[in-house]
Amino acid sequence: MQKLKYESPAIQKMNAGLMNKYGSRTEYEPVKQIDGVAVKDLIAQYGSPLFVISERTIRRTYQNAVRAFKTRYPKVQFAWSYKTNYINAVCKVFHQEGSWAEVVSGFEYRKALGNGVPGNKIIFNGPEKTNEELKLAINNDSLIHIDHFEELYQLIDLSDELGKKPRVAIRVNMDTGIYPMWDRFGFNYENGQAWSAIQKIVASGKLQLTGLHCHIGTFMLSTDAYAIAVKKLGDLAMNAKTQLNTQIQYLDLGGGLPSANTLRGAYLPGSDTIPSVDEFAEAITNALLQLGFSSNELPLLILESGRALIDDAGYLLGSVLANKRLSDGRRATIMDFGVNILFTSFWYEHKISPAQDFTHHTEDMVLYGPLCMNIDVVRQSVNLPLLNRGDQVVVHKVGAYNMTQWMQFIQMRPNVVMIDEKGNTHLIREAETLEYIEQMEKMPDHLQHFSL
Amino acid sequence: MHLKKNIATSESGFIFNPGTGDSYSANPIAAEIIGMLKEGTPVSSIKVHIMATYEVSASQLEKDWDDFSNQLKYANLLDN
Repeated sequence: MQKLKYESPAIQKMNAGLMNKYGSRTEYEPVKQIDGVAVKDLIAQYGSPLFVISERTIRRTYQNAVRAFKTRYPKVQFAWSYKTNYINAVCKVFHQEGSWAEVVSGFEYRKALGNGVPGNKIIFNGPEKTNEELKLAINNDSLIHIDHFEELYQLIDLSDELGKKPRVAIRVNMDTGIYPMWDRFGFNYENGQAWSAIQKIVASGKLQLTGLHCHIGTFMLSTDAYAIAVKKLGDLAMNAKTQLNTQIQYLDLGGGLPSANTLRGAYLPGSDTIPSVDEFAEAITNALLQLGFSSNELPLLILESGRALIDDAGYLLGSVLANKRLSDGRRATIMDFGVNILFTSFWYEHKISPAQDFTHHTEDMVLYGPLCMNIDVVRQSVNLPLLNRGDQVVVHKVGAYNMTQWMQFIQMRPNVVMIDEKGNTHLIREAETLEYIEQMEKMPDHLQHFSL
Repeated sequence: MHLKKNIATSESGFIFNPGTGDSYSANPIAAEIIGMLKEGTPVSSIKVHIMATYEVSASQLEKDWDDFSNQLKYANLLDN
């Protein structure tokens, strides 16, 4: 006689209290494959944990965003935000789709050059740019976005030294009704600092004021804030034209568009609360078209969206290491991935799906990572089926920031694979090794030997 | 391991503790085990039955048994 499928015996208390009227569905569908490739095969071939990137999803998400803006406004250009995910294979998918590069450090700048992005299609943002980095950017005719007056004067000096007239924009910060106001980057609009910077640039005669840039926040849930930002940038651009006879060629609205992840503490899931990319496009382009520019003078709209374009395409596969009961009777499950590689679990309540069949019996549990550190909590409370050691799970929407902010802490970083549009898998970043980690270390002679 | 005598159970896995007013739902295998406990079946016999009926290793069952006993204890369903 064939034996029956086993499940750990479990009981669950039935609560008759008030229910959330919106409900919150338990994940009853296992996620056994990603883009047609079986999760168990991916783990068997590349190990666990494992980051998986869907090339198809990147392209589809990107094309959808481009369509949303280009059907509403004639001049649109996206620039891939390197800091969101700068694995070269990921960057190149965006560049193949037509995206420029947006970088915030010399390291990222050189990465973009190495990926073959022409210098004049790299936007160089950020508060730290060394003389050497700026010289490289000037010689490549890149778009340099000035963050502070020190940088403005640094650029004037360098333009003298190189005998070139760099293309620059200023980053503008402003009150768009969003709290907290991001006023640490760039020049403030309301107190006149931004206009003062514009005047100084034009008066210097050493720099070409090409654009105006802002980045009003992150994970923005209000489309109105972008419309306000467009209005204020447009005001500066119009003043530059009428008072300084300087035509602003582009307005860069930065990024900040949200993904469908659920923020920690949010009452409703992210997918139900975030505005769509079409709604953002509608607010931004409507505001642009109302600025008063004639149709042949409309500025190019640049967008540096990162999270909204890559989060959905990233998955983290992992396995269960152990189960235990906490002192208060709650179930705890220990996974082989933690906050070291899933940095965004500090911000999000990530959706997690089992990768194999299960019964309908579920239990509230804490999900811990493998680190011997108290902070290593992936989900404080999640309702999942009973998972056994070795069971596999899929964490959704992890494409943004995890593969750049991940930490080499206690554990090493795992393999990253990309599934192409034909369903073939490609290793795009190898798992780290002890040799890789230690290759930068040096040992003083007097510490070479010891006896215990 | 003995269930409290006043605990009401059903074959479908519904458990009611009249002492506390709490009710619980058990998954099928837990319902089966509780049913056997209620009939006074010794733990060793229950384990033999589970091993013979389900695809489970002895070590997995041992771990899960400890966990299940703790769940019953936390739920105040066992005689001390």
